[in-house]
Amino acid sequence: MGIVRRLTEKPWLAPGLDSLTEEGPPSLPAAAVGLRVYFGVATVMFLLIGAIFVMRMGGHGVSTGQGPDWKPMFWPPLLWFNTVVLMLSSAAWEWARAAAHRGDRDNMRTGLIAGGVLALVFLAGQLSVWRQLERAGCGITATTMSGFFYLITALHGLHLMGGLAVWGRTTVKVLAGGEVAVVRQSVELCAIYWHFLLLVWLVMFGLLLLT
Amino acid sequence: MAYTTIADDTRALHHPKTWVGKYVWSQDHKVIALQYSGTAIAVGVVALVLSDLMRLQLGFPDTFKFITPSSYLQFMTMHGMIMVIYLLTALLLGGFGNYLIPLMLGARDMVFPFVNMLSYWVYLVAVLVLLASFFVPGGPTGAGWTLYPPQAILPGTPGRDWGIILMLASLAIFIVAFTMGGLNYVTTVLQARTRGMTLMRMPCSVWGIFVATILGLLAFPALFVAAVMMMLDRVVGTSFFMPSLVSMGQQTNFNGGSPILFQHLFWFFGHPEVYIVALPAFGIVSDLISCHARKNIFGYRMMVWAIIVIGALSLFVWAHHMYVSGMNPYFGFFFATSTLVIAVPTAIKVYNWLLTLWRGDIHLRVPMLFAIGFIFTFIHGGLTGLFLGNVSVDVPLSDTFFVVGHFHMVMGVSPILVIFGAIYHWYPKITGRMWNTTLGQIHFWITFLGVYAIYLPMHYLGFLGVPRRYYALGETAFIPHSAHVANEVITVAALIVGAAQLVFFYNMIWSYFKGPKADGNPWGATTLEWQTPQTPPAHGNWGPKLPVVYRWAYDYSVPGAPQDFVPQNVPPEPVTAHAT
Amino acid sequence: MAIAIAIAALVLFSIAFQLLTPWWLTPLESNWRSIDTALDVTMWVCGFFFVALNAFLALSIIRYRHRRGHRAHYDPESVTLERRLTVWTAVGIAALLAPGLIAWKEFVTVPKDAAVFEAVGQQWQWSFRFPGKDGVLGTVNSRQISPDNPFGLDPDDPYGRDDILVEGSEVHLPRGRPIKAVLRSKDVLHDFFVPQIRSKMDLVPGTVTYFWFTPTRTGRFEILCAELCGVGHYTMRGAMVVDEKPAFDAWLSQQPTFAQLMAEAAPAAPAAAAGRNGSPAKSVN
Repeated sequence: MGIVRRLTEKPWLAPGLDSLTEEGPPSLPAAAVGLRVYFGVATVMFLLIGAIFVMRMGGHGVSTGQGPDWKPMFWPPLLWFNTVVLMLSSAAWEWARAAAHRGDRDNMRTGLIAGGVLALVFLAGQLSVWRQLERAGCGITATTMSGFFYLITALHGLHLMGGLAVWGRTTVKVLAGGEVAVVRQSVELCAIYWHFLLLVWLVMFGLLLLT
Repeated sequence: MAYTTIADDTRALHHPKTWVGKYVWSQDHKVIALQYSGTAIAVGVVALVLSDLMRLQLGFPDTFKFITPSSYLQFMTMHGMIMVIYLLTALLLGGFGNYLIPLMLGARDMVFPFVNMLSYWVYLVAVLVLLASFFVPGGPTGAGWTLYPPQAILPGTPGRDWGIILMLASLAIFIVAFTMGGLNYVTTVLQARTRGMTLMRMPCSVWGIFVATILGLLAFPALFVAAVMMMLDRVVGTSFFMPSLVSMGQQTNFNGGSPILFQHLFWFFGHPEVYIVALPAFGIVSDLISCHARKNIFGYRMMVWAIIVIGALSLFVWAHHMYVSGMNPYFGFFFATSTLVIAVPTAIKVYNWLLTLWRGDIHLRVPMLFAIGFIFTFIHGGLTGLFLGNVSVDVPLSDTFFVVGHFHMVMGVSPILVIFGAIYHWYPKITGRMWNTTLGQIHFWITFLGVYAIYLPMHYLGFLGVPRRYYALGETAFIPHSAHVANEVITVAALIVGAAQLVFFYNMIWSYFKGPKADGNPWGATTLEWQTPQTPPAHGNWGPKLPVVYRWAYDYSVPGAPQDFVPQNVPPEPVTAHAT
Repeated sequence: MAIAIAIAALVLFSIAFQLLTPWWLTPLESNWRSIDTALDVTMWVCGFFFVALNAFLALSIIRYRHRRGHRAHYDPESVTLERRLTVWTAVGIAALLAPGLIAWKEFVTVPKDAAVFEAVGQQWQWSFRFPGKDGVLGTVNSRQISPDNPFGLDPDDPYGRDDILVEGSEVHLPRGRPIKAVLRSKDVLHDFFVPQIRSKMDLVPGTVTYFWFTPTRTGRFEILCAELCGVGHYTMRGAMVVDEKPAFDAWLSQQPTFAQLMAEAAPAAPAAAAGRNGSPAKSVN
């Protein structure tokens, strides 16, 4: 039954239970719904930052001594490497998810470990990029672009760290001999979370590059 | 593949064994609700005291020397922030949302009880971080609850050293707590309704809290971004909001930032925030009126749609707080129109509350008195909002006491009256005891008449042009002496109303220990929370079997029914006699 | 019952308050009659709703209060009634929005013949600038602000040399002519508010804002800052004196120009004392 039809029915008519009121159990587990709702929240946050960034780089009409950000942004090549690492991390998670789905414990375990380790490599790489930027004079206060870069990478990195916390618990369970069924939901949710963060990174990084 | 949720699986429910597990680190939504409520009310009392201090200064300037210009601004800022965020939002969503949603939906608990528990403790941390700002060098921030840059982080504003940092940190922590709670409320409503509980059989209280939660999940990110950016500007020296400027004679290193950008972010959050407070109040008051007038809420479908439409539209009106901010003036046309459009569904709700009373069977019990008080004060506050929304009329009134009068009426009076009504209404279910009626009536009358005495004159001071956020008016030619007298009267009324709340606290506390035991459903209400097998509801709420819902939430005074109410979980008679 | 009587009494009290209150809009001293009209229309529409809705509220309570044997009606909804109420509400809303938007259209349309002056805000005082004989305000730069150059004028800009600089928080303006107030802040948000002229606008550092008005009567009016700007916000007062044109011209000719200011500053030693920018330097950022 469509959502609009549901919300325009007259509930005072026909008390009782019938096919219309028997909605049946939910088709997605609660945690999956909760995670998707969270995606909405995080999307709003990153969209806002993206919109602000675009507006700022468009430049305001300013007339009282606002110097333009004269320094061009330095893009360390390591950033590209990090992006590929993040893609591989997502791929590893997808592998783990598919393996968990068919009950393949060994492949799931490999994918799980690879996914997390690659994410750690990504984070280390991002920290290294920060250091390179500072050394090149493109620290957080240098220009508008650099300020946004640090902000975006910091928030993205924090989200990834949150995911790694869940990964840690899941990996411990698996290494301690846990069965697939026990961790399958975690692996599935982590996988889509990783894909979400990859999408966020690609869009935000792309936005930074293109502007 | 079908999944069972916490809603129907008693095995999955967390069963604590120790006292600490049951009452401190509790995952039971009812305990968490009381934790939220207790903390919110406690910090709200702090904010009430701060407002009394502010009124002492405004009513009797030059009398209370310990209130300096700096401390006045600090009291004002903390009062505002605590009341809006840490009291109203936390109490309505964290308190009432947590208590009512599972019970009204026939669930055993929220779908993520562990995260729910965490959300309270993170909220508590946010409160403690905020209160800590009273004890740091420089004291709390005095930038106004709106925290506008550049002033908030520059010399000249109190608390720019540490206070503002703690404020921003506290807000970020609160937003994390809110998100955790919000995920719970939304997912529980979507997934954990008991058999037969369709969306349109949910009571208005749940609708109000549900839509408010969604709104919060969409709006709080804007505040989060603003807080993080301002924190970076303050601590690291970025220029998100800071243009090049000269502060106290010193050039600064800021360059290129936009203070107006902060305002857009803040109000993109800030306007939905007032609906995050108002929508639960609207929903709850609908249930109070309906129950105590023994009549279904009139136009339930419109009421639900009005809540949804108001929630959606509230995301498109924010810049009515910025008409004179220096933003592109042509935006004023759009935002004035969208703001006045939102008045239409809001007015529908008012009409439907009135039409619920019309041809009802009105029991003037204390909860109903507060509900009526809500209607009266909300009509007033909503109408004064039209002045401010009407862009050119806002220009002379902006930043005057007219604004202060308006937002206190719609935020500080109406929702608070609903909260009081709701506490009186659900007290017997929560505690199993009944409160003293006379004390409740005394509390109502002093509060209701007193707040009108406080806020009605303020609007007229605003018409006159008396500015807000002034430590003292001093000698000002266009302000007559009578206006200073008005301030004295307002102060006295505020002190009396503040003191009168002691009657409420005394009643609630005394009745908990000595009040007569209450029946499980003393008001004859139809909604599920009143049909629990035990009062107060036990852990798991429903005993071994979940309730089944057969009807909507408002079968009051149904023609042909034996009583003037039929609870939602009562199966239909073979022959029904319903009006269509 | 008592509550119904209280509601009715509060409505009557509010009407009486509105009619008898000494606290109302200051007399209008500018062209912004359209704002006052929009406000009055809003007041009438809202007043009508306030009285009508509360009268219905009080009536319902009295007529349908619980009595023995009394039972409520069962009445889930009435789509026609709700539709009608929606339409009439929309009509009422439109009725008060229309004059508001009309006035706003005027507000955003600065007359082409408006004279220009600039108000500069800082914590916690006002200063002002007039364009001088060339009719053009010279460029300013925040980085140029110093004790010798409190307005931050660019010394190389020829348009700025004849700019007339007014410090001391009091400005004179000529009566009867549209005036565009161009607004600048050196440090934080402020707001230029004179209740008698009705229009106001924030001063935003990093950008230039504006509003316009035509003073219609001579007199001395207080300028209040209407955007919280720190501990001294309530002390940030100024005076706007509206003169007839000859008196205004006389006043203007007595104010220093930027050229004169530069000439004075040249021989002064670089190490200045507290200087024109208020309190002594404190390290920031």
